[in-house]
Amino acid sequence: MKTAYLIACFLPLLGSVLAGLFGTKFAGKGWRFMTRGLSHWVTILCVFIAALASSWTLADVLAGNHFNGTLYTWAQIGSLKMEIGFLIDPLTATMMCVVTWVSLMVHIYTIGYMSEEDGYERFFSYISLFTFAMMMLVMSNNMLQLFFGWEAVGLVSYLLIGFYYTRESAVFANMKAFLVNRVGDFGFIIGIGLVLAHTGSMNYAEIFAKADSFKGVTLVGTDWALITVACIALFIGAMGKSAQFPLHVWLPDSMEGPTPISALIHAATMVTAGIFMVSRMSPLFELSDTALMFVMFIGAITALFMGFMGIIQNDIKRVVAYSTLSQLGYMTVALGASAYSVAMFHVMTHAFFKALLFLAAGSVIMGMHHCQDIRYMGGLRKYMPITWITSLIGSLALIGTPFFAGFYSKDSIIEAVHATQYGWVSSFANFAVLAGVFITAFYSFRMYFLVFHGAERYDQNPDAHHAHASSNGQGHGHDAHHADKPHESPAVVTVPLMLLAIPSVMIGFVAIGPLLFEGFFKDSIKVLAAAHPAMSTLAAAWQGPVAMVVHGLQTPPFWLALAGVFTAWALYMKWTHIPAQIQAKAMPLYQLLDNKYYLDAFNQAVFAKGARLLGGAFWKIGDQTIIDGVGVNGSWKTVGWIASVLRLFQTGYIYHYAFGMIVGLVAMLYFVARI
Amino acid sequence: MTHTYPWLSLSIWLPIAFGGLVLMLSNARASTLRWTALLGAVLSFLVTLPLYAGFDDKVASLQYVEKAAWIERFNIHYHLGIDGLALWLVLLTAFITIIVVVAAWEVIEERVAQYFAAFLMLSGLMIGVFAAADGMLFYVFFEATLIPMYLIIGIWGGANRIYASFKFFLYTLLGSLLMLIALVYLYRATGSFDLAVWAKTKLSLSEQSYLFFAFLAAFAVKVPMFPVHTWLPDVHVEAPTGGSAVLAAIMLKLGAYGFLRFSLPITPDASHEYAGLMIGLSLIAVVYVGLVALVQTDMKKLVAYSSIAHMGFVTLGFFMFSTSNPQDQALAFQGAYLQMISHGFISGAMFLCIGVLYDRMHSRNIADYGGVVNTMPKFAALFLLFSMANAGLPATSGFIGEFMVILGAVKYNFWIGLTAASALILGAAYSLWMYKRVIFGAVGNEHVEQLKDLNRREFWMLATLAAAVLWMGIYPAPFTQTIDASVANLLQHVAQTKLK
Repeated sequence: MKTAYLIACFLPLLGSVLAGLFGTKFAGKGWRFMTRGLSHWVTILCVFIAALASSWTLADVLAGNHFNGTLYTWAQIGSLKMEIGFLIDPLTATMMCVVTWVSLMVHIYTIGYMSEEDGYERFFSYISLFTFAMMMLVMSNNMLQLFFGWEAVGLVSYLLIGFYYTRESAVFANMKAFLVNRVGDFGFIIGIGLVLAHTGSMNYAEIFAKADSFKGVTLVGTDWALITVACIALFIGAMGKSAQFPLHVWLPDSMEGPTPISALIHAATMVTAGIFMVSRMSPLFELSDTALMFVMFIGAITALFMGFMGIIQNDIKRVVAYSTLSQLGYMTVALGASAYSVAMFHVMTHAFFKALLFLAAGSVIMGMHHCQDIRYMGGLRKYMPITWITSLIGSLALIGTPFFAGFYSKDSIIEAVHATQYGWVSSFANFAVLAGVFITAFYSFRMYFLVFHGAERYDQNPDAHHAHASSNGQGHGHDAHHADKPHESPAVVTVPLMLLAIPSVMIGFVAIGPLLFEGFFKDSIKVLAAAHPAMSTLAAAWQGPVAMVVHGLQTPPFWLALAGVFTAWALYMKWTHIPAQIQAKAMPLYQLLDNKYYLDAFNQAVFAKGARLLGGAFWKIGDQTIIDGVGVNGSWKTVGWIASVLRLFQTGYIYHYAFGMIVGLVAMLYFVARI
Repeated sequence: MTHTYPWLSLSIWLPIAFGGLVLMLSNARASTLRWTALLGAVLSFLVTLPLYAGFDDKVASLQYVEKAAWIERFNIHYHLGIDGLALWLVLLTAFITIIVVVAAWEVIEERVAQYFAAFLMLSGLMIGVFAAADGMLFYVFFEATLIPMYLIIGIWGGANRIYASFKFFLYTLLGSLLMLIALVYLYRATGSFDLAVWAKTKLSLSEQSYLFFAFLAAFAVKVPMFPVHTWLPDVHVEAPTGGSAVLAAIMLKLGAYGFLRFSLPITPDASHEYAGLMIGLSLIAVVYVGLVALVQTDMKKLVAYSSIAHMGFVTLGFFMFSTSNPQDQALAFQGAYLQMISHGFISGAMFLCIGVLYDRMHSRNIADYGGVVNTMPKFAALFLLFSMANAGLPATSGFIGEFMVILGAVKYNFWIGLTAASALILGAAYSLWMYKRVIFGAVGNEHVEQLKDLNRREFWMLATLAAAVLWMGIYPAPFTQTIDASVANLLQHVAQTKLK
C-alpha cells in the first residue's frame, strides 16, 4: 500500500466533508467557517494533490509497480472475505488520472460558472464527493467496493441533477436518473451474485483465476450458459450507468444539473464507469460470445439512434448530451468487439474533448446570459474568441478529424468492428458506426455553425429576459438589448477550456501506440485473440500514428465526416431555409425523434403508472378488502354474530334458564345412559 | 469465562427500576422527570456495554449466564444468557431507548411520568426477551411487552388510537396463545422449560409441524409477515412518534428473534419442510408490500409498509437452507440478521423524522408538504441520508443486509434472487418519491414557509442515528465477527434432523 493511493482516493473525500459539513446550510450557527473562497480553495487543493498522486501512481505503474491489496476487511462471513482494497494497474492508473485531472479542471471552471449561485459551497462539496466515489470505483480490487463506488457516483449524480431543487423538472430528472440506474443495478447485483455463487469470491484476482471453470456450466434449472447469464447481468448494470439503450433515458434529462457536472459526471467520467467495468471484467466477457454479441448490438443501437436525436435538438446542452450517448454507444461496440483497450482509449480521448465541449457550452450559456437555445445564438465567435476556438477544437476532435484525439480512437473502433465475425450483428454494428460518423459530424457542426457563425440572433429570443431574470439575480442590466450582448467568460472558465484543448488535440497521437499496441493494458485486460481477432487485426495493420492518418484519408469514415460537416454547412450556413422544409416534409420522423422514440411516454405509461396501479390494487383489494375485510373484520364479525345469537338466550327470565337447565339435564342423562 | 457481575439482570431491571422511579416522582416538575428518565436510559445503555466488551467471539454457546430457580414445581427458571445473535439486539434496544426519551423531550406534555416510565419499562422487558434462556421466562417477557406498548398507543396516540391499540393487542395476543400451547406441550414432552433442552429433544415431523405453526402464528404476526401484516400500518399511524420508533426498531425484531430461538432450533425438520412457504411469504412481502408502499399518501403508512418489505429480507435469509453445505447459508443468514439491526436504526430514524415534521405541521399527509428543504436544510440533509439508507444505498447500514441476502438468494435459487433484487428498484422508488414530494420543490404552502429547522436536541438525536447508520455501513465487521460463531452453530444445528 502506497500513501499516494490513499491520498488520491481519500483527499477529495476530506475536501468534500469539510465543505459539506462546514460550508453549507447544514452547519449550525458559528460552525459555518468554510466561506465560499475557503470552500473552493480547500476542495481544489485536495483534488489537485489527488491528481498529482494519481499521476505519480501512473508513472509508478509504468515503471512496473502494480499493487493488489486490502485496505480493511469490511466483513467476513465464514470463509468469504468482503474487503475494501485497491488494485493498481495500468487500467486503474489511467482512469485515476482521467478522473482527477478532468475533475480538477471542472473544479476550477466552477469558480467562474457558479460564482453567482446559491449553494456554491454545496456544489464544491458534491463534486469532490463525486471524485472520491469515482476513485473508489476505479481503484477497487473487488466487486463489493465496485458496487459501492457504482452507487455512490449514482448518489452524487442524483444530488447534482437536483442541484436546483426548487425546479420541478430538476427534481423529477434526478429521481428518474436514480431509478433508471437502479434498474441497471438490479442486473448488476444479480451478475455479482452469480459470479460469487460460482467462484466463491468477490476479489477480481480470485474470480479471474477461476474464470475457466465457468466453461460448460449452466444456470441451475436451465440450459443457459452460466457465464453468458452472468455477463449479460453485469452488462445490464453497465447499460444503466453508461446510458445504453433502453436505459439511456435518464441522461438527456440529467442536463437539468449545472453545466460543470454535465461535463464531469454525465460526459467525461461517471457514464464511462460501465465501459470501465466491462473492460475490467474482460476475462469473464471473453468467455461468452453470446454476451459479447449482446453488448455489441446494444452499443450499435445506442451509437446510431441516439445520434439521430442529436440532429433535432435546439438546447445546446442536449446536443452535447445526445452526442455523449452516441459516443458511449461507440465505446460499447468496441467492448463487444473484444477491443477493450480501444474502448478505454476512446473513454480517455472522449473524456477530454467532451469535457471541453460541455464546458465550452457552459461558457456559451454564461456569455448568452443563461440562454441555451442555439436558434438564438449565432455569430458568437466575435464575442467569445477563446470559447469559439476551443469549441472548434473539441468538435473537430469529436468528429474524428485526422491527427485529433477522436480520430485515433474512433477509427480504431471502426476497424475493430470491421474485424469481428458475429454475422448480422457485426454487419449492423458496422453500419451503425459508419453512419454514426456522418451523423456526429452533421449535428456537431450544425451546432457549431448555429452558435459561432452566421447572423447574430441573440436579441431575437422571446424568452430571453424571462429566462435571464428567473435563472439568477445577477447584476447584468437587461433593460436594453445592447446590455445583453454576449461576452467572453472570465479566465477561470477559459483557462480550463484551453488546458482541455491540449489533450483533445494531442492525446490520441501520443497515446495510441502505447495504449493499444505496446501492451500497456496487457495485465489488466484479457483477450482470447484466437476467438476474437479484432485487436490482433488492428495490431497487424499498425504502422504508427502518421501512417494511420494516411490510411484514414483513404477510408469511408473520413469522407463521411467531411460530408457531415459539409451538409451542416450547406443547411445551416448556405441554404438556411431548407431545414424547415425538411422538417415539414418529414413530420412523422421529426415527431418520432422529438418524442425520443416515445420511450419516455412508454416508461411512464407502463412502468411508472403500472407499478402504481398494481400497488393500488394490492393495497385496496389485497390488504383492505380481503385481509382486513374478510380476514380480520370477518372474524370479528363472526365472533360478534355468535355473541349476538348467544345473547338471545340471556333473557333474564328465570323460567328460560330453568327450561335450558332441564333440556341440558335430559341431554346429559341420555348421553350417559347410552354409555 | 466467568462473569462476576450480573450484567444481563442489570440491563433488564435497571430501566424497569428507573421506570418505577419516574412513576413515583410523577408529581415532580416535568424537567425533573425528563432528566431522570434520560439518566435512567443512559445508565441502562452503559450497563449493556460490558456485554459487548467482554463478549467472546469464538464461543457459540450462551454467555453471561445467570440461572436461578423461579417456579420449581414446573421447573421454570430465571435463566438468562446471550449469544452473538442476542447481543446486538440488547444493545440496540438500550440505544434506541435513549433516542426515544430524547425524542419525547418537549413533545410530550401530558402524563409525562407515565410516558417515560412506559418506555423505560418496555426497554427492560424487551431486553428480557432477548436474554431469556428459559421458555416460560421468554414468554412472560414477550407478552409483558404488549402492556406498555398498548398503553403508549392507547394514551398518547392519535384520534383513532383505541381501534388501533385493540387491533394491535388482539392480533398479537391471538398468536401468542398458540405459542403458549406449544410451550406447554414441549414442557409435557421434556419436563423442562430450558430452551437448550428443547433444542435437543427429538420430535416427530407431525409434532414439529404443529409446533412450527404455533410458533409461526406468534412470530409472523410480530415480524409482521404477509398476510398478517395489516395491523402494522394502522398502529403506526395512531402511535406517538416514540411508540412508532420503538415498535419498528425493536418490537418487530421480537418476532424475527423468535424464529432464531424457537422455530429453527426446536423444529428444524419442520423448518426445512415449510421453508418454501416461508420463502414465498417473504418474497410476497418484498414485492407486494413494496408496491403497496409506493402508493401510500400518508408518510407513516409508507414507512410502515416499507418496514414490512424490509423485514421480508429477514425471514427470507433465515429460511434459505442449503442442502449441500449448511454453512453456505451463512451469507444470507448473517445478511438477514444485519438487516434486523440496520432496520432498527433506519426505521427508527425514519419515524423520528416524520415525527419532527408532524410536531411542526400536525400532518402526515405527503400532499401537505413540498419544498421543505427551503426552510429546513439540516433536516433535509439528514432525512436524505435515512431515505437513501432505506433504499439500501451502499455505505449505509441498509445496504449490507439487503446485499448479502440478495447475493445469498442468487446462489440459493436464481429466480428467488431475481425476485428479491427487485427491492433495489422498489425501495428506491418509494423512498425517493416520498422524499421528492416532501422535501424538494418550491415552498409548497405557507405552513412550509414558516417551518423552523431542527433544534439542537432534534439535530443530535438524528445525527447520532446517522452516525450509527454510516458506521454500520462502512465497517460492519464488528457485527459479523460477533455473530459468526453463533450463526455457524445454529446453521449446523438446523441441518441435523431431530426426527424420532
